[in-house]
Amino acid sequence: MTIVRRQALLTNNLSNGLSKDEVVALKRVAQRIRRNLLVTVAEAGSGHSGGSLSETDILTTLYYSILTHDPQNPSLPSRDRFILSKAHACPALYTVLADRGYFPMSDLSSFRKIDSHLQGHTRIGTPGVEMSGGSLGMGLSFGIGIALAARVDSKNHNTYVLLGDGECDEGQIWEAAMAASHYKLDTITAIVDRNGIQNDRFTSEVMELEPLAQKWRAFGWRVLTVNGHSVPALYKAFVQAKQTKGQPTVIIAKTIKGKGVSFMENNPGFHGKAPSWGELAIALAELGAKPEGKDSAWKADMLTMGYSPERISSISNAIVQMKVSQT
Amino acid sequence: MTTTATRESFGKALLELGHRNPDIVVVGGDLNISTFAHLFAKEFPNRFFDLGPAEQNMMSIAAGLAASGKIPFVSTFAVFGTARPYDQIRVNIAQMKSNVKIVCTHAGLLTGEDGISAQSIEDIALMCALPGFNVVVPSDGPETESVVKLAAEISGPFYIRLSRPATDVIHQTPTNFVLGKAEELRSGSDLSIIACGIMVSASLKAATELAKEGIQATVINMSTLQPLDEKAVLSALDTGAIVTAEEHYIHGGLGSLIAQSAARQGAVPIEMVATTRYAESGKPDELLTKYGLSSSDIVDAAKRVVGRKRD
Repeated sequence: MTIVRRQALLTNNLSNGLSKDEVVALKRVAQRIRRNLLVTVAEAGSGHSGGSLSETDILTTLYYSILTHDPQNPSLPSRDRFILSKAHACPALYTVLADRGYFPMSDLSSFRKIDSHLQGHTRIGTPGVEMSGGSLGMGLSFGIGIALAARVDSKNHNTYVLLGDGECDEGQIWEAAMAASHYKLDTITAIVDRNGIQNDRFTSEVMELEPLAQKWRAFGWRVLTVNGHSVPALYKAFVQAKQTKGQPTVIIAKTIKGKGVSFMENNPGFHGKAPSWGELAIALAELGAKPEGKDSAWKADMLTMGYSPERISSISNAIVQMKVSQT
Repeated sequence: MTTTATRESFGKALLELGHRNPDIVVVGGDLNISTFAHLFAKEFPNRFFDLGPAEQNMMSIAAGLAASGKIPFVSTFAVFGTARPYDQIRVNIAQMKSNVKIVCTHAGLLTGEDGISAQSIEDIALMCALPGFNVVVPSDGPETESVVKLAAEISGPFYIRLSRPATDVIHQTPTNFVLGKAEELRSGSDLSIIACGIMVSASLKAATELAKEGIQATVINMSTLQPLDEKAVLSALDTGAIVTAEEHYIHGGLGSLIAQSAARQGAVPIEMVATTRYAESGKPDELLTKYGLSSSDIVDAAKRVVGRKRD
């Protein structure tokens, strides 16, 4: 409830920062998102775990404290736009959108399955999804189009575009970077999920991106480098970006791929891979799932996601057994 | 016969649309004088965006503008507006059904002296391979004006293919263009010549020649290639033979589309007038003659196909 009230406050004054309680609440939300997105990917049997976990704190900060939006009215004209250019990492976005109420949590179990609106890469038609993606490099340009249209119409909503670091290998990103600063689009904020790993290997091995901040600066952008897992740091950076006039801002969010799950962290093997059910149990335990007891919030989440009590019980048994074997 | 450049007709129509509808915006890539988009740019500088020769960016930006309720016309040369940013067109425009109008000038062999990198002979195939994309190749200036204005009224993606030099005007008054509807320009019972773009005029000339030799040809202007007028193809089957004529590569263009439709609906001999290879630098007329796209090539194809009919 704190979070919901915060939504209203934020439009009045962004510069006060987040209270301690709000930070704690947002962190709790992020852990919940991580757990639920991994269940979603495990259920699908395929999907992008690593980059979803690295971007979770960014999405949580945006959707729970920064964006002006209305889950009940996804096409609200005055909404801020969020574009997931790294559209393969949609499990985190879908989970956040469901968590915020754009569509039922139970839809998540249909991810990547026939007849579902939750496609393997984002596609318009899912409430809250602004752009069909999947081919890298397009989101920043698309966001520029939205920002230019807003300028023509004298509207002042903001456009946020989340890029992968490996995605910055695409030439189109730099065509867009040049255009956004040429048109002085200060309503655009790009975020680079700098987790250091792309599809096959580490970014430094595939294609060196550094000095990344200098590159963006040379293209005319204001650059803010932050810890991409620190909610207060991300919040502060988003506020600074919003206050920047005359140039676009890029937030280079230093993240860990697979954040929160020991065997996924910094592991290129989990870029495009789903956890097995056994791995899921370990991951859920590490992410604070507490299946014990009748009032388990985790169990409640699983129920809202449409899982049967039998299914929940088999996963929770695995988690409990795993915890026992670890002690 | 009077001539006019279809790109100039586009520029005038765009300017008129700009006055009529404040949601019309134009996106260009440093070729705006050549495409005549500069007429719009001069009048509506706040609704015109030059992005330089960065076509991938240009297409995705157009899609973003469309997502915010604008009606973007993207204007560049045919090679740069199709093949170069094809995946951006595919994902951000075709798959999203974005209301983006891609109007490309300098298509085909008529681009002439600039040579084969500038001569787009693959664009029809590329654009017709995108489900839901409306693909139109107007036959002359007046039809171009009508197509451009209608495209602004119909929601969804369009590809409109235009030429550089002045070409024959075959419609003396503004046309009443209907998307997906072929236009019969001449009626004859021995064969049907189905053409698009500049080859419509060549087909009319060929039909006049054929008539002198007692061969009566129906001439059809198939300006919409997608969605294709299947009924017009069905009626063409009644003449028992078909010749297709296009300023494009023989694979994947008008000939392929007509043959596909004809095979589904019946069976008649078909001959195709189209390019079979990359050309070279040269004057447009020289190229059309050397690469088999003149009215006499249509006459020859017509005689061949009528001969096959009588076998």
